[in-house]
Amino acid sequence: MTYTEQELMVAVASREIRDGDLVFVGMRLPILAYAVARSTHAPNARGLFEVGLMRDSAASAYLGTMGDPPNVDGALWATRMSNVMALMAQGLVDLGFIGGAEVDRFGNLNTSYVGDPAHPTVKLPGSGGGADIAILSSRWVTLMTHERRRLVDRVSFITSPGHGDGTPGWRKRNGLLGGGPTAIITTLCVFRFPPEGGAAYLDSIHPGHTLEEVRAATGWDVESPHHARETPPPTEAEIDEIRKRA
Amino acid sequence: MSMAEAVERFVPDGATVAMGTCLEPLIPFAAGHEMIRQGRRDLELVGPISDALFDQLIGAGCVRRITAAWVGNVSEGLGHCYRRATEHGVPRSIEIHDHTNFSISMALWAAAWNAPYIPTRTLLGSDILKTNPNLAVDGDAVRVAPVRPDVAIVHVQRCDADGHAHAWGPLGITEEAGLAASRIVITCEELVDPASLLKHPNRILFPETKVVAVVHEPGGAHPSPVQGYYGRDHAAYREYAEASRTQQGFETWLRERVLR
Repeated sequence: MTYTEQELMVAVASREIRDGDLVFVGMRLPILAYAVARSTHAPNARGLFEVGLMRDSAASAYLGTMGDPPNVDGALWATRMSNVMALMAQGLVDLGFIGGAEVDRFGNLNTSYVGDPAHPTVKLPGSGGGADIAILSSRWVTLMTHERRRLVDRVSFITSPGHGDGTPGWRKRNGLLGGGPTAIITTLCVFRFPPEGGAAYLDSIHPGHTLEEVRAATGWDVESPHHARETPPPTEAEIDEIRKRA
Repeated sequence: MSMAEAVERFVPDGATVAMGTCLEPLIPFAAGHEMIRQGRRDLELVGPISDALFDQLIGAGCVRRITAAWVGNVSEGLGHCYRRATEHGVPRSIEIHDHTNFSISMALWAAAWNAPYIPTRTLLGSDILKTNPNLAVDGDAVRVAPVRPDVAIVHVQRCDADGHAHAWGPLGITEEAGLAASRIVITCEELVDPASLLKHPNRILFPETKVVAVVHEPGGAHPSPVQGYYGRDHAAYREYAEASRTQQGFETWLRERVLR
């Protein structure tokens, strides 16, 4: 079966969602990932949206944003943002998805400034709820196009903290409540993190790609994985769900 | 009241203005465009995720400071005017007080409750703490200082002439923005009889004592969606993103879509 790199990323992201999870969904690919998980292995996963929504089903039509009417129709709860954030502050959000322009080897995300914040070369849109999810959700995942300028050794500005300076226990020492990033899903591979924090390690390479390609497109030195694993490709059921909604 | 009069009277130069408080839906585009037509200057804009309208006000030279969690074009990506102002001072330089969605909500609740600050566990470990002087680490928490808008401009589905407003769908930070603001300007899809609204007083959004103007402006949130009335006009956001890539393109867009 043929599939696009985005379809593969969505399928891989959907497998991060466990049945029964309360998921801070976000936009774009994670919305599709939630829909796939919901209709395959995680029928009891609920979605939360910072605009002020809770759902237990995917929206029935295309969404340009999380606040579009199809995402409100059939919602379990339409409310104020601070109520949704309250659940996350209590540690009740199991998984969050965060987008970003840059991620580093310790899983820190920059969505604010490239270069000196006083004189940036690129002004990115900012945190939105990204930093809140990064700090407060139990675990989180980011999806990224795999390019050297996006996967950098250290981000120049930490908008959404991952594992900080990479020393074990950095999050706990600095008072961050949630567990931090567990995976970086790219167009080439999946990186994961040790449970106590630290640097990303290569977990699997997508079908048709090589370790050399991953190394060439990554801004830090990627160590050889102990067991070079191939990312399981999307199943027919996953692809069906994605194409129904894309 | 007409939109022109409401903006003329209640949104002076230099004002701190909360808008787009529902994030992507119910954005008061018509009010923002009237502010551009009247040539407002030196505004501080307050918002959470702020979709396209803030970018337009920045490009038109109305803005001195952004106090927000995010500024751009949600379905299309970066805000080109926001970039030009921040990176090159075009059409003017702006100051940025970065927030997260959660912390801007707390800053408004702090003002609404007249609290000196709200302590929170979010923001810890984020460099946002270094760029916003109104956020400070205090032991194992962060102090979020109040943000007090002079005026909150809120688009709703239904309102009466006295300012009893019903809005539905997700509300974002609308309630705290209204309570924190000195005054509230409502723009609405339908101007209705008070009786139909007061039958459901739990759903009244704000105390009528804070509402200084009600503007009947059907379509006033377009191209953002209004639950029960119209969906999001994605094409308009795409067109704006393309047009605003250059300052010249933005100015043409502004002439054709706002200033005409």
